[in-house]
Amino acid sequence: MSAEAGSAVEIVAVSKAYRRGATVVPVLSDISLSIRDGEFLALMGPSGSGKSTLLNLIAGIDRVDSGNITIGGVDITSLSETGLAAWRASAVGFIFQFYNLIPVLTAFENVELPLLLTRLSRKARREHAALALRIVHLSDRTDHYPSQLSGGEQQRVAIARAVVTDPAILVADEPTGDLDRVSAEEVLSLMDRLNRESGKTIIMVTHDPRAAAKAHIIRRLEKGILDDVSPQTGP
Amino acid sequence: MFLLKLVLKNAFRHKLRAWLTILSVTIAILAFGLLRTVIDAWYVGAEESSPNRLITRNAVSMTFSLPLAYREKIARTPGVTQVCPASWFGGVYVDEKNFFPNFAVEPRSYFALYPEYVFSPEQQETFFRDRKGFAAGRKLTERFGWKIGDTVTLKGTIFPGNWEFVLRAVYHGRDENVDERIFFFHWDYLNESLKQSAPSRADQVGAYVVGIDRPEIAADVALAVDNTFKNSLAETLTETEKAFALSFVSMTEAIVTVIRLVSLAVIVIIAAVAANTMSMTARERIGEFAVLKTLGFGGRRIAALILGESLVVALSGGLFGILFTFPAAAVFRSLLGNYFPVFQLSVRTLCLDGAAAFIVGAAAAIIPIWRTTSIKIAEALRRIG
Repeated sequence: MSAEAGSAVEIVAVSKAYRRGATVVPVLSDISLSIRDGEFLALMGPSGSGKSTLLNLIAGIDRVDSGNITIGGVDITSLSETGLAAWRASAVGFIFQFYNLIPVLTAFENVELPLLLTRLSRKARREHAALALRIVHLSDRTDHYPSQLSGGEQQRVAIARAVVTDPAILVADEPTGDLDRVSAEEVLSLMDRLNRESGKTIIMVTHDPRAAAKAHIIRRLEKGILDDVSPQTGP
Repeated sequence: MFLLKLVLKNAFRHKLRAWLTILSVTIAILAFGLLRTVIDAWYVGAEESSPNRLITRNAVSMTFSLPLAYREKIARTPGVTQVCPASWFGGVYVDEKNFFPNFAVEPRSYFALYPEYVFSPEQQETFFRDRKGFAAGRKLTERFGWKIGDTVTLKGTIFPGNWEFVLRAVYHGRDENVDERIFFFHWDYLNESLKQSAPSRADQVGAYVVGIDRPEIAADVALAVDNTFKNSLAETLTETEKAFALSFVSMTEAIVTVIRLVSLAVIVIIAAVAANTMSMTARERIGEFAVLKTLGFGGRRIAALILGESLVVALSGGLFGILFTFPAAAVFRSLLGNYFPVFQLSVRTLCLDGAAAFIVGAAAAIIPIWRTTSIKIAEALRRIG
């Protein structure tokens, strides 16, 4: 099935179940979802509803049991593991709840890390990494290790790492879940700016209504089933 | 360069663990290197033998002698250039713990056959002229503080009595693999004394060292010599010097085999220790590897990072092991020099040390690589919350 015109993400009849021993636990049932270019979508729902699983499927770090996911015109469900890794390196940026920076690398090196998979020269890599850190207002913290940064700063480094390869889509799994209110607000403002100014399509899983309020559309997952569209404001 | 930096930083992330693992590998490589050198020392006699020399001995056993009359007959064999009688004397200097090899030889022919023992011409000539004189290796004279002109008494074990000799010459080896702890004296002195004290044992030779024209005729000459004495009361067995030396080694083959097995066991054990450390490291950082995969790092790159870390630790241990092997070998040589007069680290042993360290590093990385590359990203991320 081809992607809709202007659609960044096209999810069609996706189902996913986990196997725990002999037991099969269904997580997502026949999910279909279309996300347009430049949209900021929040996925909400109770724990265990399948939000993170759906996000992982969109980010290409998990596999569907059935159905198709087309992102930017690429059917990622048909890619091999190697092809999927190469696609992730260029097409999607991932923001984790717990930042997941590499502790032995400085903020600058963490941001530069994804660029090692590109053909950029060392000089170009450094320029890109410096720009990404400038975007998240952390130019003065380049040589700091993650342990020397606050939670909010670490998450901003993680956002810089996610955007440094200039992917069209950012996926964020509870990006403010481990932050205090002030830091959370900074991170959300940053994501909002990336959406508005850089046109990034953002898909964010969150429990936090304040975070969801930044999104244009909120979708709720309940027991693996997606509810109706709840538009907020247009992109 | 960036990835190398990442590998180095990760390898030493847990400093105590990394250094303890390096210490383990260091000790293993040190032990491996020393054991390999012991094996080399065992075979040094065979390795240093000349293809131009044959040994003729009694076919029944080395403990049986040959008549002196054989010398002339052997010398008449086509291709033979020199024949030298030589007998193991087995004398003891003061105490049995002062062991060193001592031989009765016919000096002129013997040292013509063994140019690897280097003398000053004056000392050598003095030794040749003095029937009670003896020549000794440099290390032997240093060990006991003997000086030219000193009288040394050996207590005979095979040939009873106290035997007095005067040091007339000191030799040094042409190269470092030549044994410098041997005591040589005149076979004539032994024989003349036996004619007085034990006439039935006189005119008997332990073995003949036979010089030949060229190595290619060794088999023909050996056959010809043995055929000469076929069906005699003392049949001979003639073989190359190397085969003769190896026949000594073969008597202790079981010990050499045990040493080989122990040296291999050391490497296998340390590979298991290193593998356990690497598995622990990879398990602790499974979330980080999942993040790298999420960023687009493929299985090969992840495998290269883990292999790199493992090799950094193992090769560091290997390098320290090799460096420490030199002083350890020197200590070993000073303590056991009587039994291993030539105890030299060979290039081959050092290469084997390096290869062993590499194999330990590579083997230790196999299981962590398999686990890390086969785990699904989503599952690994769930483990870190």
